[in-house]
Order: sequence, then C-alpha cells, then structure tokens
Amino acid sequence: MATGIKDKVAILGMGCSRFGERWDVGSPDLMREAFEEALADSGIERETIEAAWFGCWGDGVNVGNSAIPAAMALRLEGIPVSRVENMCATGTEALRGAAYAVASGAVDIALAIGSEKLKDTGFGGLPPPFKGTFNDLWMPMGSAPAGFAQLAPYYRAKYGTSKEDLKRAISHVSWKSHINGQHSPKAHFRKPVSMETIMNAPMISDPLGLFDCSGVSDGAACAIVTTPEIARALGKTDLVTIKALQLSASSGRETQTNDWDGSYVANTRIAAAKAYREAGISDPKGQISLSEVHDCFSITEMVTMEDLGFSDEGRAVFDILDGRYDRDGAIPCQIDGGLKCFGHPIGASGLRMAYEVYNQLLGRAGERQLSGPSIGLTHNLGGVPYQGVAAISILGRMD
Amino acid sequence: MTAFGISAFGAYVPRLRLDRAIIADAHRWAMPGLRSAAKGSRAFANWDEDAITMAVEAARDALADRDLSKVAALRLASTSLPFADLQNAAIVARAIDAPHQIASSDVAGSQRAGTSALLQALKGTQAELVIGSDHPSAKPASVQELTFGAGAAAILVSADDVVARLIGSATRTNAFVDHFRASGASADYQWEERWIRDEGYARIVPEAAQAALADAGLGIGDIQHFIMPSYLKGAAEAVAKRLGFTGSIASGLEDGIGYSGAAHPLLMLAAVLERAGPDERILLLGFGQGVDALVLQATDAIVAARPARGIAGSLADGVPTDSYLRLLSFQGGIDMEWGMRAEKSSKTSLSEQYRSAGQMEAFVAGECGNCGTVQFPQLQYCVRCNAPAERLAPVPLRDVPAQVQTETADWLSYHPAPPLRVGFVTFDNGARVLMEFVDVGEGGIDTGTPLRMVFRIKEQDRQRGYNRYFWKATPLRAA
Repeated sequence: MATGIKDKVAILGMGCSRFGERWDVGSPDLMREAFEEALADSGIERETIEAAWFGCWGDGVNVGNSAIPAAMALRLEGIPVSRVENMCATGTEALRGAAYAVASGAVDIALAIGSEKLKDTGFGGLPPPFKGTFNDLWMPMGSAPAGFAQLAPYYRAKYGTSKEDLKRAISHVSWKSHINGQHSPKAHFRKPVSMETIMNAPMISDPLGLFDCSGVSDGAACAIVTTPEIARALGKTDLVTIKALQLSASSGRETQTNDWDGSYVANTRIAAAKAYREAGISDPKGQISLSEVHDCFSITEMVTMEDLGFSDEGRAVFDILDGRYDRDGAIPCQIDGGLKCFGHPIGASGLRMAYEVYNQLLGRAGERQLSGPSIGLTHNLGGVPYQGVAAISILGRMD
Repeated sequence: MTAFGISAFGAYVPRLRLDRAIIADAHRWAMPGLRSAAKGSRAFANWDEDAITMAVEAARDALADRDLSKVAALRLASTSLPFADLQNAAIVARAIDAPHQIASSDVAGSQRAGTSALLQALKGTQAELVIGSDHPSAKPASVQELTFGAGAAAILVSADDVVARLIGSATRTNAFVDHFRASGASADYQWEERWIRDEGYARIVPEAAQAALADAGLGIGDIQHFIMPSYLKGAAEAVAKRLGFTGSIASGLEDGIGYSGAAHPLLMLAAVLERAGPDERILLLGFGQGVDALVLQATDAIVAARPARGIAGSLADGVPTDSYLRLLSFQGGIDMEWGMRAEKSSKTSLSEQYRSAGQMEAFVAGECGNCGTVQFPQLQYCVRCNAPAERLAPVPLRDVPAQVQTETADWLSYHPAPPLRVGFVTFDNGARVLMEFVDVGEGGIDTGTPLRMVFRIKEQDRQRGYNRYFWKATPLRAA
C-alpha cells in the first residue's frame, strides 16, 4: 500500500516575485525574480537542479506552449523541463511534479516554478478560456464569478443562512485579507478597506461585489526541493518538509448527477481527506496552525473553511464573523493577504501560498509572523465549484 | 376530394415583443410621421433565433409526439434563411429527429414560398411537413421596420387524421415587382404602395382566387374565412371587396407578431384553423411574383386538432421589451463595442460537430443500462457506475419536463444579449445539465421555475459566418 510522500521531500529554497500590475516586466523576468531568490535561499548553483516543472495557465497571453520558455528564461541546460497546466491549481501541480520526482528517487534536486503574465491582455480580466471542440458544442461558459456565485443560493438554502449574514461573512473574509495584505511587501494590494466599502461595492455577480473578487495580477513563485538527507548535507538545519500533496479533479458527478447539493466543493473535501491521511492529521482544527486557501472569491474561502474541516458544516459564516480566521484567530487564513490582496497570477498562486507557509514555519515572515506555527496548509482550486481541480499541500517543520 | 390533407399544424412566434411606439419614438427626430403607423407591438427574433430555430419550434408544436417515420419530406419556406449554401431544412430535420430517409428542401426567393410549398405538398401523395419561417428585416426608420415581425408555422400534410382538405387551387406567375431584395442585401427596395395595391393585389389576386373557387366548384359566398397576407395596410380588404367577399377577413396578426414574410400565410392559416369549425371553407392566398390560391375545407376532426401553443398560445407567451436598440443590435443594425472578451474565436470544429451529432442535434442524453442514470452529455463511461458508453441508451431531453436548479446572471462574460443567464437544469428523469436560459422576462427565474427546451443559435461565428446550434432553456410561462 502506498505510504505517501510525508517527510520524503524537503524544501531547500523558495522565491516569489513582487505581484501586481508589473508593466515593467514580462513572464521570463518574473520567473527570474522568483528563481534568483530561491537559488540564494537554497544555497545551490543552478547546475545542481536535475529536473524542473513549469506551471503556467494562459498560453495565449503568457509565454506560449511547452516548457521551453522557462528553460530559456532560466537557462536550464539539458535537463528535463515539463510544462504543467491545471487551471488555477497549476502552481501546486508544478510543486507536485517536482516533489514526486524527488520522492521517487528519480532526481535529487528539482525545481517547481509557476508564472503568469495576466496584464498583457489589454483589458482588466481573464481571457475567456478555450473549452475544447466537444464542449464548445453544448456548454455555456459563464465567467468565474458567475460560477462561484452559485455557491451562495445553495449554501443559504441548505443551512437557512440569511442573505445579510452571508454577505457580512464574505465581506469579513475580504476585510481580513486587506488588513493582512498591508504587511506583505510583495503583495498587489496593500491597503486596508472598510467593511462598509466592501459591502457596498458594485455587484459583479450577486452576491459577489467588487471586493469579493481576487486581483488579476502578474507574478511568479518557485520552490527548489530535495530530500531531507541532502538538505541536511547541504547545511540546512531548520527543515520544512512536505507532509502531503493531494489533488482531486472532477469526473462529472457534480455536473451530471443530482448527487451534489451545490453548497460545497466536493473536490476540496476529497483532496483534504486524502491529504490529512497522508500527513497523519486527525484533528485539522487543532493541528493546523495556518492556511493559505484559494480565495478567488470571498465565498470560496467561506465554504473552504468547512470543506477543510476548520468549521463545522453550516458554521463558517459565524466562525468567520467571530474572527476565527483573522490573524489573531485560532487558525489564521491568508496571513499574506491571499489571492485577494497578494494577487492571483494563476500559474504562480499555488507556489505563492507554499512560499508564505514556508516562511511562516521558518519564522521569516517579518511583520506577518505568527507565533510558533508548526503545520500549514495550502489549498489551490482550479475551475469552478462544480467542475474543477482542488490541490492541497500540507507543509510542516521536520522534527 | 381525397383523404389527403392537413393533419396537424402549429406555430412559433419569438417571445420578444416591442411596442411600435418605442421604435417610432427612437426615430422621431428624423421621421416624426412614423408615429401614426406605430400601433400595438411586434415580435422580433432574439439574437439566437433565425428561420431555422423558429422552424424547429413550430414543427415541435405541430407534431407533438407524432411518429415521424412516415413523413417523407420536409420543406422549409423562408426569405431569411441563414445559409445560402448549406441546406437549412436539413438542420431543422435533424433537430426534430426526423428519420434520415426524409427528403428535405429549402423553398426560398419569394413571399409566396410558404403557400407554394404547402400547395405542392397538398397536391402530392406522400406525408410532408411544410414549415414557413421568416423574419424579414427592414431599414431603420422605414415603415417596414414597424410592420414586419417574425414567426413560423408548420403544417403536416398526410392521409391520417385530416383536419382540412384542399378542395380547389390555382396558381398564377407574374413578374410584378412590388419590392425586391438582392442576394446578400439586408433590406427590401419597395415601389409606391398605391401602385402595388391597385395594379398588383387588386388586379392579379382576384383572377387567381376565382380560378381556385371554380376549381372547387364554389363561389365566393361559400367561403367563411378569407386569408390574404400583405405588408400593405388595407390590401386584403381591397381584394375581398373586389371579389365580393362579405364574410370574415382573417386577422393579419399585426398586433403581437407583425408581417412575417413567407411564413405569414401559414401563420394566418394556423390562426384560422385554431378556431374554424367543421366543414368551414377557407380561401388562402399567397402573393409574390404571382399568386397561389388554395381553397380548403375543414373536417370534423378540426375541433380536436388544436396545437399545444399555436398562434393563440404564442400571442399569450410574449415577453415585453423596452429598448429599440436591442432590436437594432440583434438585427445587426448597430455595431456595438462588446469589449475584448468578444474577440474570442467562435470557430466550430465541423468534424467534431458531425461526430457528436447523435447527441447534440436533437439533445439526446444517455440512460445507463446498468445503473439507470440519465446523463448529458454522453461521455465515454457512465458518470455513476463507469459502465462503457455502449451501455447508454438514447433518451431525448428536449421534451422532458425540467426546472431551474440554480441560476446566475453574468454581466462579465461576452453575450449578445447581456446578461448571460446560466445555471443547472434538472430534468424529471434525473438528468442534470448546465444550460443557458433565454427569454427571461422582468419576473426573472428562480430555483424551481418550470422550463421548456428551445433550439437556438449556441454561438455565432461572425468571422466565418457560421451559426452553431444547440438547445437552451426558457421559462415555461412568460414572466
């Protein structure tokens, strides 16, 4: 029986570019920014890297297909470089490739890098993705906010939540992330915003207003991974290891049957259960110190708190309003500002989440530093609640 | 008189309506005189409706759950067919799941196309489905823009359950040019109305009508219903007077529909058949480069032959709208800035479309022979039990009762009629499908709103001029 990769892979170094409207640079320069930080952090030379995984989503506005653009930007001479794409879960997918390569013993040191240049589209949003020749024939393609907004009516109907309570809770989600984001020097948005402003913002897709939607940003993030043994041999004493890396993709059950009631994200629950098993976590509420979740929209973060088992079903609204996920709460969430404020360059986001958890675990998070975190979780969600990909990583200090 | 005749009839009128006063008000700065012709409302095609989609809906209304295996031919009459070279009738035939043995043909080029197709079918010997479907377009600020409408009527001709028989007919051909529209042109060029009425209708039509009556061995006094479609006000009355007809002149369906080109004689016929009594006789005229004159007589079966929707149902089914610019935009009369999202390619993979036709054309789900789950689309394995696709039996969803499970109004995505309304539909047989909602009125829709399926343009490829069709959901009742 598979034993998983718990503690088989250590993070040797990480890097993250400044996120935001990076009119000054393209994707190759963003990659360079993140890569140089990670190289310096790891203490290795680039020639030591034996394999790389490059995550990017939008080939139409980014660097194009294949891994060649990453290999050229970073001058990764003669090593296998793979491009991965799994919608907004692309960053974690890249990390998964590199971690599995190390865990399998295929290579000693591997690189995962995610990069996205979203601000070269010419307009303030995501380019509409291609659905495939078959889905084009029948599938209506709503925007991302339209897909996630549909969680609201289902959730309210199931738990009898009032429209007002739900709106206040999701507004609190964004309010909290804006407070956190001001302490992240690399974040896209670094200004607190009042509850009143958030609640009265123009509607994008009911009940999601402008401040319920994450930023559209440029950025890159990367990780260099190896085995704990090699990390120690390279002089690292304070190790952060991967406790679990799990991913779940929709098979069509949510969209084609009446099994799913629409109030949660089934893939997140499946991936979380597997990740907790792999990491040996029996009590996520008690054992996990912090989380970086996929708050593409505030309501996604809200239901994710239940999907990850941090809140009991139907209680996330009240836990959020009680401050349970604020920086001084029981399980701080988006301590770096999250997608909402740090930004959401699609292919980089999963690795950006890991970057924050990694720095928190090493006590290097500056003004954002939490007190003695031991286990952190990242949750990276691609697609829409009814048809998507959920990727979860659990990172922790190695004893 | 043979046993052959009209067996069933049905209609479809686009749900969208616009008060003619709103159109006239939009043009008041330039054409204040239009106001006097601006009475009642007209129907107009939504951006995703055309002669093909309206024909499908009319055919479904006429046919209900009839067996199509004996229908030998389908004729689609229109002057606004979306394709010049790609048989429009074939797309209609596939959407109504007609057997592949059916002979399909487009009949075009004249306002008389509808009556000519019907007359040929009635004079034939085989079961045929005749559909008139049209949405003539007119230049902004023209009288025609007020007069014209949109709609489709379908008439099944066969030897079974005949509700009206052809008892006499006559045709005249005459290259009288009251108006014309060149291939590819978007609007008609029309001569003076008085000349058309006095030298055209009043001289050319009566002779043909009398010949048809003579063919039936009848006089004008034997006719109860006089049907003469025209885009000219008073033309029917002038011809009736010339013929000495003193009975009931059939409504031109001006209010709520408007003059619908080659479909109009069949729309008016459908309206008359909905209220005609047994043995009543109908004189149906179609004008355009001559005349078709048909004398029909209803049978006892007429009483039980009313379609589910028909004209009466269509008139009650309207969704009022309030903006002239919406109509203008849908007709391509204004080039709107839709933003960069609209730049996405809408190219259809024709090979993929053909490969998937079995489930896409007539909205056919699969029922798993192993676990019973009804699912759309049909993929490689059953969504619930993973049985291979070969175990899925075809189950058409287009007539299965359904309701809204969830709905969202999306103002962000590109859509020619914003907002894009999208959500999950649950069918009574358990299928769940993500669908687009159309023709949602002011009342909106919510979880549980009953729906019916409609055949529509799924996407318009403006770059290449190709429409891709699929099914959408609309509220069962206008709100």
